[in-house]
Amino acid sequence: MSQVTQLIHQYLRHNKRFPHVYCPGCGHGIVLGSLVRSVHNLGLSKDEVCLVAGIGCSGRMAVYVDFNTVHTTHGRALTFATGIKLANPELTVICVMGDGDALSIGGNHLIHAARRNIGVTALILNNNIYGMTGGQCSSTTPMGSRSMTTPYGQLENTFDIVELAKAAGANYVARSTAFHAKMMDAQISQALSRPGFSLVETFSPCHTQYGRKNQFRTVVDMYQDLKVRSTPLEKWNEMDPAKRGDKFPIGVFVERDEPGLEERYMAMAEGLRKKEANA
Amino acid sequence: MAQKARRKNKELFALGNEAVVEGALLAGCTFFAGYPITPSSEIMEVMAQKLPRTENGAFIQMEDEIASMGAVIGASLAGRKAMTATSGPGFSLMQEHIGYACMVEAPCVIVNVMRGGPSTGLPTSPAQGDVQMARWGTHGDHPIIVLSASTVQECLEMTIVAFNFSEKYRVPVILLIDEITAHTREKITIPSERDYEIFSRVLPSMPPEWFKPFEETTRGVPPMAPIGSGYRIHVTGLTHDPLGYPTQRPDEVEEFTHRLFRKIDQHFADIVLTEEYETKDAEVAVVAYGSVARSAHLAVDQAREQGIKAGLLHLKTLFPFPRAALEKLTRRGAAILVPEMNMGQISREVKRVNAGRVRVRTINRVDGQIITPSQILKNIGQM
Ligand SMILES: Cc1ncc(C[n+]2csc(CCOP(=O)(O)OP(=O)(O)O)c2C)c(N)n1
Ligand code: SF4
Repeated sequence: MSQVTQLIHQYLRHNKRFPHVYCPGCGHGIVLGSLVRSVHNLGLSKDEVCLVAGIGCSGRMAVYVDFNTVHTTHGRALTFATGIKLANPELTVICVMGDGDALSIGGNHLIHAARRNIGVTALILNNNIYGMTGGQCSSTTPMGSRSMTTPYGQLENTFDIVELAKAAGANYVARSTAFHAKMMDAQISQALSRPGFSLVETFSPCHTQYGRKNQFRTVVDMYQDLKVRSTPLEKWNEMDPAKRGDKFPIGVFVERDEPGLEERYMAMAEGLRKKEANA
Repeated sequence: MAQKARRKNKELFALGNEAVVEGALLAGCTFFAGYPITPSSEIMEVMAQKLPRTENGAFIQMEDEIASMGAVIGASLAGRKAMTATSGPGFSLMQEHIGYACMVEAPCVIVNVMRGGPSTGLPTSPAQGDVQMARWGTHGDHPIIVLSASTVQECLEMTIVAFNFSEKYRVPVILLIDEITAHTREKITIPSERDYEIFSRVLPSMPPEWFKPFEETTRGVPPMAPIGSGYRIHVTGLTHDPLGYPTQRPDEVEEFTHRLFRKIDQHFADIVLTEEYETKDAEVAVVAYGSVARSAHLAVDQAREQGIKAGLLHLKTLFPFPRAALEKLTRRGAAILVPEMNMGQISREVKRVNAGRVRVRTINRVDGQIITPSQILKNIGQM
């Protein structure tokens, strides 16, 4: 068995909830692997990590991985994560969400979690579609794309997750794809070791629901597409905007070390109690 | 000498909403998440002021009521005694997460200071229109505990009871208050520690490898391990097996749902709180709760002065419905009068239990006004 596989097995509930539900070629497994490697490389124990997930294919991760895991409601995972982090700031809280989860039904919670800078790492698995419910459009389904609910092409503008998180005030914002597993490892590790709210968006292909309706003949075509269109941020910045076309930037967009809300809260509370004790 | 040993309890001149906070803090609440809405906001404001001053206390104003309830459940799973407070429209938003709390057996307290509705309704007028929503608002079959309070002192006491029940039975507990009680200011006594009992959830005593987080126990209530305490568990809103993993096996699904009901049914006598006043020989019994119970109390006194044998069955627990206490009266043939500030949400239960035995009359007031003693007295006279 390869070293990588061995490592992953160490973090899975292999005797309990397998085989998994992911389709062959789904990017979600790659993100799960990256998450496990990051936790391992940071030397965190399984007991100090709490993985909170929403509802969707991405949310299923919570069943498979052997941390403290909470499989919540569709779109609201960040609200549970906020309560958990404030209740126990010692925990490393990770929130796994789909694009529908995080941007559509849960959009409000996302901008507020970023704004209040709660010490949670949000991992958004963006497959541009609702996977679990059978391929309806989400708020990241590209303009013109087909889905079960946009049979004639999607007409709405989409969210740019990175720009949204930047504007809302997240401490750390990064983007990678399932084709760039090494980059993803580095980004998730960084996100986990920073204070405040971190967000990592990963493009995670869903051939079953998105690919087959949008002229991707095979899963491999989808990964090939990610490879071609993704552009390292430095290169992107130097590119003539007119030539960017349908390319998108990957890399780290925001890096700050502002204390998280829970830290600020504890400092305030401690100050109050000290003042009271001296009065 | 005996007098000296008796320490004087602290007294306060407080609003009903402030008394809720006092009760919560006595019960050991260390987490509050909420979103402002009249007439419940004082609960949140006083919490914001007091929680950071208490050991380990944390307060957060969330972006809406859905978020507030999510944060409350998260904090509860992480080991806190947690609560939120709201009014009708906010309570509607909380319902999905109340269902989740039932499913994962997360202890928590939700205070609903009822105002007129539907929709934004009557923001500062009293009503009791959320009684059946408190029982059945969320999706799926589930038991729940719903309590009420009729005086400022009771706001304090019933909040302690709400926390105790939620911790004992691992169930969300809803405390219904109407605007009158919430915004009445009166003298209350803060009980001293030996005057009340505090319950906290049972923690597992076995090693983590042996722990089955949703296993049946003799009480029907499994021990609960806080997240981060070394018992690595999976919590899910999906129907789960005793280990906590999703299951669709009919035998496991049925057994789980039955256990949820059993843990409440089995402790019916402990949970169902009522108070009886002058009911022993009553020929007319008023069944009331919330501020209406206060009016009814006075109406009973006035009726007695007129020589009418009236009595009051004051419901403090609304659900599970105090069937036995009511049956005792209807078996004896007492006619029943149910005044309430809605179109008949508790009288529905009364009629169900009565099953046609005795005469049941209702007073239903939905104009945002109080039900007065004289209105009740007049109806007693007509029974
Ligand atoms: C309140 C609520 N509305 C709708 C659903 C149904 N639902 C389940 S998963 C899902 C979408 C999942 O899409 P996404 O979040 O993008 O995750 P993916 O499955 O693509 O990983 C929806 C709409 C639900 N579970 N709860
Ligand atoms: S439906 Fe899409 S997102 Fe879900 S497991 Fe299959 S490929 Fe992955």
